[in-house]
Amino acid sequence: MNYHVTIGLETHIQLKTNSKIFCACANHFGDEPNTNVCPVCLGYPGVMPVLNEEAVHKTIRAGLMIGSRIGAFCKFDRKSYFYPDMPKNYQITQYDRPFCIGGQVEIEVDGRKKIIRVNRIHLEEDVAKNTHAATSSEVDFNRAGTPLMEVVSEPDMETPEEALAYLQALKQIMVYGGISECNLEEGNMRCDVNISLRPDGQEKLGVKAEIKNMNTFKGVFQALQAETRRQESILESGGSVRQETLRFDPDAGVTLPMRSKEYAHDYRYFPEPDLMPVVLDKDVIERWRSELPELPQQRRERFVSQYDLPEYDAAVLTADKHLADYYERAAAGTKNFKAVSNWVMTEVMRVLSEKGWTIEQFPIQADALAELVALADGKVINSNSAKEVFSILLEEPGASPKALVEKRGMAQVSDSSAIDAFVDQVITEQTKSVEDFRNGKQAALQFLVGQIMKLSRGKANPQMAAQALRDKIGSME
Amino acid sequence: MSSSFNESAEHMDVEYVAQLARLHLTPEERTLYQRQLDQILGYVDELKAVDVEGVEPMAHPMPRTNVLRRDECGTRGDREAVLANAPSVRHHQFVVPKIVE
Repeated sequence: MNYHVTIGLETHIQLKTNSKIFCACANHFGDEPNTNVCPVCLGYPGVMPVLNEEAVHKTIRAGLMIGSRIGAFCKFDRKSYFYPDMPKNYQITQYDRPFCIGGQVEIEVDGRKKIIRVNRIHLEEDVAKNTHAATSSEVDFNRAGTPLMEVVSEPDMETPEEALAYLQALKQIMVYGGISECNLEEGNMRCDVNISLRPDGQEKLGVKAEIKNMNTFKGVFQALQAETRRQESILESGGSVRQETLRFDPDAGVTLPMRSKEYAHDYRYFPEPDLMPVVLDKDVIERWRSELPELPQQRRERFVSQYDLPEYDAAVLTADKHLADYYERAAAGTKNFKAVSNWVMTEVMRVLSEKGWTIEQFPIQADALAELVALADGKVINSNSAKEVFSILLEEPGASPKALVEKRGMAQVSDSSAIDAFVDQVITEQTKSVEDFRNGKQAALQFLVGQIMKLSRGKANPQMAAQALRDKIGSME
Repeated sequence: MSSSFNESAEHMDVEYVAQLARLHLTPEERTLYQRQLDQILGYVDELKAVDVEGVEPMAHPMPRTNVLRRDECGTRGDREAVLANAPSVRHHQFVVPKIVE
């Protein structure tokens, strides 16, 4: 039997703020354990939280970017549970009056576009980080109180591929909006998924299982694949899926039940009496809306229209906001936008992938790249020399491409009499290859051009050299 | 796990609530708290007589909204002072009984 898969995601995204959500401790990853803590984020009894205005702004900005309606009256609630990552035994979150309601994210899988609806975005406090040792667990509260958005999708995804595309699109939007760095290694983005199967033709959704707390996209993807197989085999053998909470074991590639005791909760939500409701002025929201940056999709379309780039180039360049920024800075310094795109997509991205760098760590500044592209595009240097200049710039990031070309005498020889001299010399020396070419062996021409490049120490204009060779050999008797 | 919490119950399930709060009660305490909590619930029940037709639920008794702070960091706390209160410390972290098996 064929089954229809239904997937919904709850994505936790840490906001990029200076300080924590309810206290003035630094919101900063990677510091020594328990150095960014105070009685508020340690959950001492009687402490008073005060809401960080920037956390509110960023949450609403996230909602505006995905087309949410902003709640007219928003408040916080206490979610009770017992776990050492939250010693006050409740998490401050938003239950029935979140900041953002509705919204949507567009995804594309195998060339097919689809809208994934978002149910809501609410704001809450992140909890402490536990490290489990042999007989005890250690708790670091630096993370506790980090402003954390929860983006709840509708169950609109039907394959692991769609779930992956949704996460990537969501990340792209958040990074574009400056809302979060979405650095997965630092736990900026974590995900719970709900998945259920139902036989084709059945309207009613099947019983769902929840897979909790995954912090890599690959993990989400593999967990969904594994869970689809698991539920399929249960249904196939006539059994029924239990509603339960699972975790994904990436090493074994399977989903496993969590200890029921650990996740049996009765959250008993009630309004947080220590925080006042938030009622935002319509004018403030409209001002924030007017300040929204361009969405990834809009920027992609603009790259096609403004720079006349193919769809493919636009998609590659705008996938990462910082890469798109780099491209635009470089494009500003040249007329050949496509040439800049080629350089960024091949040479620059190759180096990034080899070195494991982000574009922000890339040593060659955009204006230097633009200068190099202009030299190559204007045929001042040939493509081999251009690549050589690129390598030198990697080592000497401050150098000027123009100065390098002059200093090293790399300017291309496009003077026809100089090229003719090289051609004559090669024709005299390489009689065998000349003969081969005359007999129709095209590869021989490449060899002869190579010889000219060698003689000219890489500086000859290869197109002119090839043309001169053809002309001269063609006119030979 | 016992039955889930029911707000409209006249009798509170003391054992279940104690379990959620990780409280260990003696049989005597259970009986005592059962009686006391039922009295409180009885008192709260009296409120049900009030007609609240058309009244918006109140989020907070104080008529104030938008109490916000600027996104600025204060001075760093004293880690040793913070950890001094912990029963057990290792690697500058609070040590708690092992959570996962």
